[in-house]
Amino acid sequence: MFDFGDGKTNSLTMDKPHPVSLLDTGVQGVISHPLDRVDGPLKVSGSATYSAEYQIDGLAHGVLVGAKIGHGKIVSVDADAVKSLPGVIDVVTDFDTFIKVPQQGGETGAPTQGVKEIDYFGQIVAIVLAESFEAAREAAQLLPITYEKSEGTYDFAAHRDEADKPSDAMIPAHYTQGDVDQAMTDADVTVDLTYITPSQNSAAMEPHASIAVWEDDALTLYSSHQMPTSGAQQLAKSLGISAKKVRIIARYIGGGFGSKLGIAPESVAAAIAAKQLGRPVKAVMARTQVFDATVRRSNTEQRVRLAAGRDGKLTAIGHDSLTSNLASEEYFEPVGIGTHFLYAGENRSITHDMVRLNLLLSGSMRAPGEAVGMVGLECAMDELAEKLGMDPIALRKVNDTQTDPEKQVPHSSRQLSRALDDGARLFGWDKRHAKPAIQREGEWLIGMGVASATRANMLQQSSAKVEIHPDGSATVSSAMTDIGTGSYTILAQIASEILGIPVETITMSLGDTNDPPAAGSGGSWGAGSAGSAVYLACEMLRSNLAKAMDVPEDSLTLKDGMAIGDNRSRAIGDLVGKGMEATGEIKPGKQEKETTQASYGAHFAEVGVNVVTGEVRVRRMLGIFAAGRVLNAKTARSQCLGGMTFGIGTALTEDLIHDTRDGKLVNRDLAEYHVPVNADVPQLEVHFIDERDIHANPIHAKGIGELGIAGAAAAVVNAIYNACGVRVRDMPITCDKLLDGLPPL
Amino acid sequence: MKTFQYERAASAETATTDAATPGAKFIAGGTNLLDLMKLQIETPGKLVDITRLPLGDIESRDDGGLTIGTLVPNSDLAAEPRVIEGYEVLSRALLAGASGQLRNKATTGGNLLQRTRCYYFYDTATPCNKREPGSGCSAIGGFNRILAVLGTSDKCIATHPSDMAVAMRALDATIVTLKADGDRRRIAIADFYRLPGETPEIETVLEPGELITAVELPKPVEGARHLYRKVRDRASYAFALVSVAGVVVMDGTTVKSAALAFGGLGPMPWRNPAVEAALVGKEASDATFAAAADALLADARGFGSNDFKIPLMRRTLIASLRELTGA
Repeated sequence: MFDFGDGKTNSLTMDKPHPVSLLDTGVQGVISHPLDRVDGPLKVSGSATYSAEYQIDGLAHGVLVGAKIGHGKIVSVDADAVKSLPGVIDVVTDFDTFIKVPQQGGETGAPTQGVKEIDYFGQIVAIVLAESFEAAREAAQLLPITYEKSEGTYDFAAHRDEADKPSDAMIPAHYTQGDVDQAMTDADVTVDLTYITPSQNSAAMEPHASIAVWEDDALTLYSSHQMPTSGAQQLAKSLGISAKKVRIIARYIGGGFGSKLGIAPESVAAAIAAKQLGRPVKAVMARTQVFDATVRRSNTEQRVRLAAGRDGKLTAIGHDSLTSNLASEEYFEPVGIGTHFLYAGENRSITHDMVRLNLLLSGSMRAPGEAVGMVGLECAMDELAEKLGMDPIALRKVNDTQTDPEKQVPHSSRQLSRALDDGARLFGWDKRHAKPAIQREGEWLIGMGVASATRANMLQQSSAKVEIHPDGSATVSSAMTDIGTGSYTILAQIASEILGIPVETITMSLGDTNDPPAAGSGGSWGAGSAGSAVYLACEMLRSNLAKAMDVPEDSLTLKDGMAIGDNRSRAIGDLVGKGMEATGEIKPGKQEKETTQASYGAHFAEVGVNVVTGEVRVRRMLGIFAAGRVLNAKTARSQCLGGMTFGIGTALTEDLIHDTRDGKLVNRDLAEYHVPVNADVPQLEVHFIDERDIHANPIHAKGIGELGIAGAAAAVVNAIYNACGVRVRDMPITCDKLLDGLPPL
Repeated sequence: MKTFQYERAASAETATTDAATPGAKFIAGGTNLLDLMKLQIETPGKLVDITRLPLGDIESRDDGGLTIGTLVPNSDLAAEPRVIEGYEVLSRALLAGASGQLRNKATTGGNLLQRTRCYYFYDTATPCNKREPGSGCSAIGGFNRILAVLGTSDKCIATHPSDMAVAMRALDATIVTLKADGDRRRIAIADFYRLPGETPEIETVLEPGELITAVELPKPVEGARHLYRKVRDRASYAFALVSVAGVVVMDGTTVKSAALAFGGLGPMPWRNPAVEAALVGKEASDATFAAAADALLADARGFGSNDFKIPLMRRTLIASLRELTGA
């Protein structure tokens, strides 16, 4: 797919550092500025069209049907029982082709297919089509399905001893270095603690939705996807057709947080139904189905062992985790992903084992690995600091390192200690009492907590096309997406800065697989990857403009639509003839191996714990982050605010509960699956540390979308301990878990 | 969603006769009913819309009490000066519930009739005696963190989710209704709700077609301190784990009168005269408060994940009584 070779492509593989960026020499003055989102007016006026909102003639409404057993198989589906209901068109199921689970992000093959065998409660098994949504929903509710139940495994605690080693995926499942056991025996001070985090749901505002439209043998799917390029490949493989025959359009996405990285059951069901009916089909997953049958973040059980000298220097780090997934799946929550490089320490054991359960797929949710793994690591660091009698910040700084402790390569850019120091000053850390349960205001015990933030940086092959039109305007197009993050805006800012073309005259086209392929939005790589592709296209255009002006590139200035050089000035539009275009393409290269790349920061939280009830309220939080160049100070800040809010949810409220009797999800609406609401989110302060990462990509930016969540929950948890002296290691910290430890009234 | 008939009531009288037919239901704010219909938990064949009836006024009565029309929105009732002045506990309870948007739509009568938030009631794939009589109770032996510890039966352990109704219970509200046969009833809130027993699907004493037209509050209690305290999993938009509505009058350091009602504990807004008996005429002290908590929780029984409600309620009640009595 990435095969251009047309003389209009500027391709770069990050094999070497890229010390100079045109974003530092541009004079348009828009990069990094807190521009409002270019798509904002469309969104607030309701005129941004989301996947389920396309008005298409002849549309049939599809409602998905989920299995009502946790494990077993379907004996029969009595479609005739509902076909005669008013408005019902048909019931479609395809036991072989329907997908059993969504696909994980970036995969190019089909997810596990076949739905006759039921492996989890709610597994999508059929789609009912009707002339109206209501009629389809009624028939879906009534559709008689006969099952044959079999024993299932639903209880993590009961099956934890049956864990196995999953195959190596995003990171090796097992990594050991030195001898952690021996180091634990030899050390002055150790902690050996177990932390639990529950399953979680991304709970994106927009449910998964697809409209499938066939024209002969070609499929167009209007669908909510973070990664349409690989999504189209997954869909093609699932349907057994060529990827060239699949187009995905995902212009606007109402949040994904990982749950829309790969295709979900509604896409294949809509496509098959549309083919069978010979008319377009819309399928929107109900909120309950998003909970039941898309993807969860796995629950985790994390044993964290830390060994240190009296000076706080770590001699050993053990982070051994258990997670869960379906028997057919390889993905494991990479709990220890950040533990590999965050702190120095010679002896290391970072392992991941898996318990096989009949529960919905576990997969990526915002900052897979760090979001929950840093609860274990950073709470254990807090407990170690207390045991050492050290300030938690001092402990972290003593173990800061500029060299990857496992790969022995330099960190590309790392300002952890500075983030901790600056954050402490800005937050007023010096007012924290080292001893817990000291500060009280009425019924509220007040405490402060800190945690490091880190998130691995990734670069993914991506391309983008930029065209300059004769009127001086420009168009940027790519199969990159904007899932609410601000991609539309930052990509326009990059093009504007380099080409000297005002942002207002740049048209953005994202989320269409007919445009140049891109990795899409996931893993916080979107801005760095698609942004670099836009950069490279603009670099080539800039070179071509210099040629058209007949001036050396280094004496060309582009600003406000004018090209200036050699004491001449021309409108950019006059230099492009009928139009000038270039495609940029970025590929990861040796820099990934030669440096360890990650974003860093620090989280600070102040909480109140009610001494009567154990209710916890976050009073304020501060996050300070270094993630390379900040491309837009406003959208970057919003990303961090969102991440910190996720952290509050992990620490205090979010808990996806399955009934251990049958695997049925208990809390599957937004009233009972508690994401933090406005009243739970206090004043959040976000600061950025100026940074450029020349090893990451030509725009010198690192991932920021998931940095804000990594460590945020741990800061809240540590603050709870500091407030009330009760250490809870089982997330979320709801009031019942604190009650026993609170003083008598 | 099952297809249903929709009728806009021309008068309260025709509304009751329209709604007396099997499968018919009244609709006002719809904040609960429409959700339940979308999930096919409620499947009425007919909706009788009462929103245009003249039942939306708040009137002062000669006896010093207040009559609240059934259609008064929760937001309006919470902001009503006469409520803030004389029935502060009600205003506080209303504002502790739901969200601003929901309170704008939700009505007084509808709030009293909210269905439980039991996870299993909300899931048509699981047995539930309240939703499908005789099918069994999934919450017993299942996950029951938010469910009841008082007033349960082996058929149902659901809680009533309303905050407003808890305050109404402490205020000794009377529910005024119009029946399909034209009779009017005045039902003390103490007699309005039913325990689940063998028939958890029957939640109130209302008869088919019987319409709540108003809620009457007696004259405000003079010299009383009011409190509504709600313990919840998040700061807004969460149902009570436990809650207390209290109206207490002190005579020096002695409790002169006390009205206490509780949410999150039982299948109805909970009130137990023994709790008040443990307080009235007694010195306000932790020993007195402990005796009140003992009286409240004597018969409390947890079902596993909701066991914590018992100590939580105890602590919450004691702290609330300290605040109410100034002790």
